[in-house]
Amino acid sequence: MAEEKMVSLTIEGRPVTVPEGTSILEAAKTAGILIPHYCYHPSLPIPGVCRMCLVEVEKAPKLAASCATSVAEGQVVHVHTDRALEARKGVLEFLLINHPLDCPICDQSGECELQDFTYQEGRADSRYRDPKRFNPVEDFGGDVIYVPNRCILCTRCVRFMDDLAHDTVLNVSERGDRALIGKFEGKGLTHPWAANVIDLCPVGALLSKDFLNKARAWELDRAASICPNCTQGCNIMLEVRDNSVARLKPRPNEEVNKYFICDYGRLNYRWINRQDRADLPMVRSGGVLASAEWEVAIRAAANVLREGRVSLVVSPMLSNEALFLLSLLLERNGGTGVFRVATGDEAPLPGVEDLALRRDRAANVFGAELLGFTRSDNPLESLADGDVLIIADDDLNGVDAATVSRARSIIVIGTTVPDSISPAVILPISNFAEEEGTFTNLRGRVQRFTQAKAAPGLARPSWLVLGDLLGVIGLQERFFLPSEVFSNLAQSRREFSGLSYDTLGMRGLPVLNAGQPVAV
Amino acid sequence: MGFPHKLHSRETPVLSEHFGQAEARSLDGWKKRGGYQALEKALGMTPADIVSVIKESGLRGRGGAGFPTGMKWSFMKPGDGRPHYLCCNADESEPGTFKDREVMRWTPHALVEGCAIGAYAIGAETCYVYIRGEFTEPLLYMEQAISEAYSAGLLGANAMGTGKRVDVHVHKGAGAYICGEETALMNSLEGRRGNPRIKPPFPAVAGVFGQPTTINNVETLAAVPQILMKGAEWYKGMSRSNPKSTGTKLYSVCGNVRNPGTFEVEMGFPFKDFLYDLCGGPLDGRKFKAVIPGGASVPIQTMEEADATLMDYEGFVAQGSMLGSGGVIVIDDAQSMVRVIARLARFFAHESCAQCTQCREGTAWTTKILERIRDGQGTTEDLDTLMDIAENMTGTTICVLSDSCATPVVSGIRKFRSEFESLIQGRRVFPAMAAVA
Repeated sequence: MAEEKMVSLTIEGRPVTVPEGTSILEAAKTAGILIPHYCYHPSLPIPGVCRMCLVEVEKAPKLAASCATSVAEGQVVHVHTDRALEARKGVLEFLLINHPLDCPICDQSGECELQDFTYQEGRADSRYRDPKRFNPVEDFGGDVIYVPNRCILCTRCVRFMDDLAHDTVLNVSERGDRALIGKFEGKGLTHPWAANVIDLCPVGALLSKDFLNKARAWELDRAASICPNCTQGCNIMLEVRDNSVARLKPRPNEEVNKYFICDYGRLNYRWINRQDRADLPMVRSGGVLASAEWEVAIRAAANVLREGRVSLVVSPMLSNEALFLLSLLLERNGGTGVFRVATGDEAPLPGVEDLALRRDRAANVFGAELLGFTRSDNPLESLADGDVLIIADDDLNGVDAATVSRARSIIVIGTTVPDSISPAVILPISNFAEEEGTFTNLRGRVQRFTQAKAAPGLARPSWLVLGDLLGVIGLQERFFLPSEVFSNLAQSRREFSGLSYDTLGMRGLPVLNAGQPVAV
Repeated sequence: MGFPHKLHSRETPVLSEHFGQAEARSLDGWKKRGGYQALEKALGMTPADIVSVIKESGLRGRGGAGFPTGMKWSFMKPGDGRPHYLCCNADESEPGTFKDREVMRWTPHALVEGCAIGAYAIGAETCYVYIRGEFTEPLLYMEQAISEAYSAGLLGANAMGTGKRVDVHVHKGAGAYICGEETALMNSLEGRRGNPRIKPPFPAVAGVFGQPTTINNVETLAAVPQILMKGAEWYKGMSRSNPKSTGTKLYSVCGNVRNPGTFEVEMGFPFKDFLYDLCGGPLDGRKFKAVIPGGASVPIQTMEEADATLMDYEGFVAQGSMLGSGGVIVIDDAQSMVRVIARLARFFAHESCAQCTQCREGTAWTTKILERIRDGQGTTEDLDTLMDIAENMTGTTICVLSDSCATPVVSGIRKFRSEFESLIQGRRVFPAMAAVA
């Protein structure tokens, strides 16, 4: 590839060097300067209509819209001069004259760019004395409602639907100050990626029905995570209120999901909060299952596993760390390790390359395969007489449990306990939102997720439980951090070599030979 | 010619020579008047030669901006391997302007010929004539003229038997003022919403369908055949004041004047004579108070300014306004300036495409304040607010509609402030409103 031509300029007195063709707005970002803007979004075509990003360019007669103006060699750009500030203050005043200023009842409040920039550089008062424009709230279909009175006509939603979703649903209707976002007759925001318009909307005009009036933005605790609902591995924020996940938001990752998540992933979070969880370690004694101290339960499980073949039924929702420790058990005792995956239709976002809701609806299918587990629709098929059956977070729904009787003993390591079986030991573990770990997406990208909420009862992180179990068996030293499990994994599995939590960062890195078929 | 009036002796009828003659609309009638000789001549010339004649003539864009036509044509690089397009802007929507309408009503073939020559000169095979949707009569005559020209082999794949291709198509607008803005026109032509585009890229680089495009006004293109036939020197000779403004200009006159209508005079004609002699002066017992000389979006002139104006691009600027489209709106002493300006603002608020914040909100807010003042409920602060809004609306948007709305407001308040103030002072006081303010 030809070397990109670089351009040097000065923005707010700071020297900046960026590739030719970069906008002033993007160049300013590299210097740590955020030029206020509304209509501009890095993933969408540039309409240059909100006029919020006006800056002063020396020797130019007019103020320049920094989103639509390319950098030029030697250019001197001022963002905070009186002239530029006055112009942006004017834009903010115009945007607010018909805005209802109903922040106290608006879901966007606290994460609203109109609020932010008005506090930053807007007028303290309004000179508007006339009646405000009013239009009724409209159901846009899907998860989206439209509150036209709050709309600033930035058209991000229209451009997303047209240019990325390739589904022409929205438009700008009417002209002048009567203008509002319209929905074509008979259409709705039912595209599998449509709800991204809610995140793209810089104000409270497009809101999620699911999240409506559920929480104030500042009440939410946020944790960087990975969407567990398919193998794409979209980067997300888990937003939690009162130890309950309130919503999922996309977290930008240029390599995986840009700025987006699909509606299926976005709305499929209630299972994370389920209340009927396994929350106490339990041991069967004299035919009765009773709660036990963790140490007792671990030792009981270790006793069962002392010798003999194991048959592992694992969940592809488990982290690389947990699956790695389970695979060590499999290596030591011998036996089989299988997992099953729920599937659905693939739903791509056509305007973005290699981004789709994938058929496999679990986060770590590729990780499980890399770590030696086999995909199977009938997980108990390979269960042999006398095996120790380990159910690692599979609910066994839809599985004929009659074959379970072949097992010498059953250990459940999971977030729930299947009804149909009588385990000897239950080791309750946290789900992905309650622990730290990594998933490997379908392109072999290893990505970290962090803890968003507390696990119920005495449930412990899967890597901790399994580490302790292997410690008692004598396979491993005990682990104190998930990063230690991961570095152990990276040392012993060729595909993961060279990776660590530090090098992964929060955007992830691919495993060796990612994208090529891996010999397991 | 001062249609519907008789030709005034001081007019110079170049484009308007055949206005009022229904026969000139037909191909035969037009040929009898020397039609299509220019096209024949042009197709025998090289495009570069045509461009240099037009450059030499000093012809400037008659749509409002006054950009030299020959130079505009020379931006179209021949042989770049891309299709070129000519667009004729016949979306004449500027309030007070109706001169292109007359060109198309009476001499549609003049425009067809101009379009064909222009297209050939810029290396285009296709010209689109974008006609304002409300112009049903001009549309009818233009369609007839084009169909006649095709039947006679003047247009098409083998234009006038020269083997050169020149197609002219009519596209009907759907009634939006903003579609007269050249980039909005291109969007509308392509079937999109008529929103102006960001420049750059300029139309000569990426215009209609993303290809190099030139956009010219009806009056500009209609003048081209005559310039080719009679020569650049002849055209340049019609300049009474500034040599940068050449030829004749059509003015459409409306408002409080005795003889409204279309007039054609040489560049540099004295505006005072134009108003009092050609247009017949004010109505009985009235006096002129103000003139908007170039369509609704140029600054309002006081009579002192108007009387001192020589009618060309530079002359209007020297007297605080602009030539614009040549739509002269005359306002007499029986009118309230506040009413006039409020009405103009309402027009722009209605026609704003709603893209840019300043325009969408500013035009409507300006209108609300002006109408409040008009209705006797204004305050002195309102005038400051209006001036401040106008400043924020000027030079900050994609196109100039926002500036166009601010222009009459600023010039109106500056030049006729006392009218605003007397309405404000005579207002009834609403204590509740005062508290809010």
